[in-house]
Amino acid sequence: MTEIEVLSWARGPGLQIATVIFVAGVVIRIFEILLLGRKANLAEAKGSEMSSGLKTMITRTIPDATTFKRSSVTIVVGYVFHIGMFVTFLFFAPHILFIRDLIGFGWPALPTTVIDAFAVLSIVALLAALVNRLTNKVMRFLTNFEDILTWFLTMLPLLTGYIAFHRVGFTAPSLLAIHLLSVELLLVIFPFTKLMHTFTLFLARWYNGAISGYRGVAS
Amino acid sequence: MTKDLSLKNGAPEEETLEIGTPEKGTLGEALRSQGVSRRSFMKFCATTASMMALPPSMIPSIARALEKARRPSVIWLSFQECTGCTESLTRAHTSTIESLIFDSISLDYHHTLQAAAGHGAEAAREAAMEENYGNYLLVVDGSIPLANAGYSTIAGISNLDMLNEAAKGAAAIIAVGTCATYGGIPHANPNPTGAVSVNEIIKDKPIINVPGCPPIPVVITGVLAHYLTFGSIPELDHIGRPKAFYGQSIHDRCYRRPFYDKGQFAETFDDEGAKKGWCLFKLGCKGPTTYNACATTKWNNGTSFPIESGHPCIGCSEPDFWDGGGFYKALSMPTADLSQTAVYAAAGAAAAGVAIGLMNRSKKNTSNKIHVTTTIEDLKK
Repeated sequence: MTEIEVLSWARGPGLQIATVIFVAGVVIRIFEILLLGRKANLAEAKGSEMSSGLKTMITRTIPDATTFKRSSVTIVVGYVFHIGMFVTFLFFAPHILFIRDLIGFGWPALPTTVIDAFAVLSIVALLAALVNRLTNKVMRFLTNFEDILTWFLTMLPLLTGYIAFHRVGFTAPSLLAIHLLSVELLLVIFPFTKLMHTFTLFLARWYNGAISGYRGVAS
Repeated sequence: MTKDLSLKNGAPEEETLEIGTPEKGTLGEALRSQGVSRRSFMKFCATTASMMALPPSMIPSIARALEKARRPSVIWLSFQECTGCTESLTRAHTSTIESLIFDSISLDYHHTLQAAAGHGAEAAREAAMEENYGNYLLVVDGSIPLANAGYSTIAGISNLDMLNEAAKGAAAIIAVGTCATYGGIPHANPNPTGAVSVNEIIKDKPIINVPGCPPIPVVITGVLAHYLTFGSIPELDHIGRPKAFYGQSIHDRCYRRPFYDKGQFAETFDDEGAKKGWCLFKLGCKGPTTYNACATTKWNNGTSFPIESGHPCIGCSEPDFWDGGGFYKALSMPTADLSQTAVYAAAGAAAAGVAIGLMNRSKKNTSNKIHVTTTIEDLKK
């Protein structure tokens, strides 16, 4: 297999297989969660579930003071990583083209120098997150294989993308193929790991808010 | 034209360089008889040296070696091809030294260019192979069909047999064009003739790949000049291409690169971006994954190259460029219809999700039903 053949596979069948596993996995898991249902609450409702639930989905984005004090490194590093990752993913011209091909519309891209800076930022933040995880005694105790695996497979697309953009080591078709394959790997493990938080995060926040809303207390 | 150049400056360059009248039958003599001045010859040597990233101190050695080089016998075999490569190499716009070097080789067999036909032509090939056994250069353009020998024959000899026979006595092989180097168009999916490249058949000879559809003329003369100067083949990359010419990607040397970095793209062939000469990435440019000298050497005597004319690079010097998912599909776009795949996957998964959810529920209900409440009385027993 030549490098161009690998690239063609990664752009075609490879991406298709990864998409099927990703979409099917995520949808099945979400349906499963939703259909679990909740026990009927026999207490009288003292407020609205819906408004409190929706509000909490947004308000929980900002950590409260006590939480921030307790785990400031985790929170700061988490924010820097996520912002860097989203900017890199959503505003790099070739990525926008990919998305446009998928959903039919796109948006203006940011200059590559800006993207470059954000990519570096997210890579550094992700490294810091690992260091924090391994140096903090409690976190290290809680760390299992899945945490390391998801960290590694999240790092790969960022790193391979950065290297592909700067063309270090291999020729461009190989670098692009490696980047695509790393993304496909991430898509494949996505539904079966804690990466599912991308979707369940909002379900969980809504649920927390809704419970408080029903009881008529602040969320 | 070339003679005028030497007279303009008037300097007796031949004396200053201490190279006398070229010997008979050498490349130097052939060039001189064509009216190539010393100055333009040295200029060519300097260009060749710089293209191959050689130090300037090598220029006199290149000149000396080229002057004294015997005209090498070249046998040119054309298999499953379109003659575009020959067109590219022979139809130089004006008479350049590159083309004269090409003209100066002893092209003993080329069934498109030679005057002889039929048995006479084949006899010329056999004679050249015999006389120069072990020393001739073999140039091949076109792919070789393996599915059925009858798909492509010359004088009743299959391409495979002719290549094997001619390769035996060759000093080196130059595969010209993407068909000979990587299979090219005949090799494109579904490859009905079972077409393969030269290096898939010949394993025991040095092969220089000069891909492109067609390749740039100066690249082949550069390779010839290198061979004549050093008697060896130039440094090659991992897919057999001379690094001097295929060392950098089109994207990295493209004059439109700043627009890519700024995020300014032509969206269609006639929009404002296209008129302003913005980056053609969104229109399918394969420049980022293509290694060739177009952006620096350019075409038609340095006039321009495709991107300069407003068309994206199609990646013709890379293997399987016909199967790359379409010339106008951006490199970062998936080649398969992903949205359709996603919709089908989601629909199927939704059904499966509901089924699994309902199964979970019935399991919960069943356990609720068979659940027996334990009372204080039970515990007292």
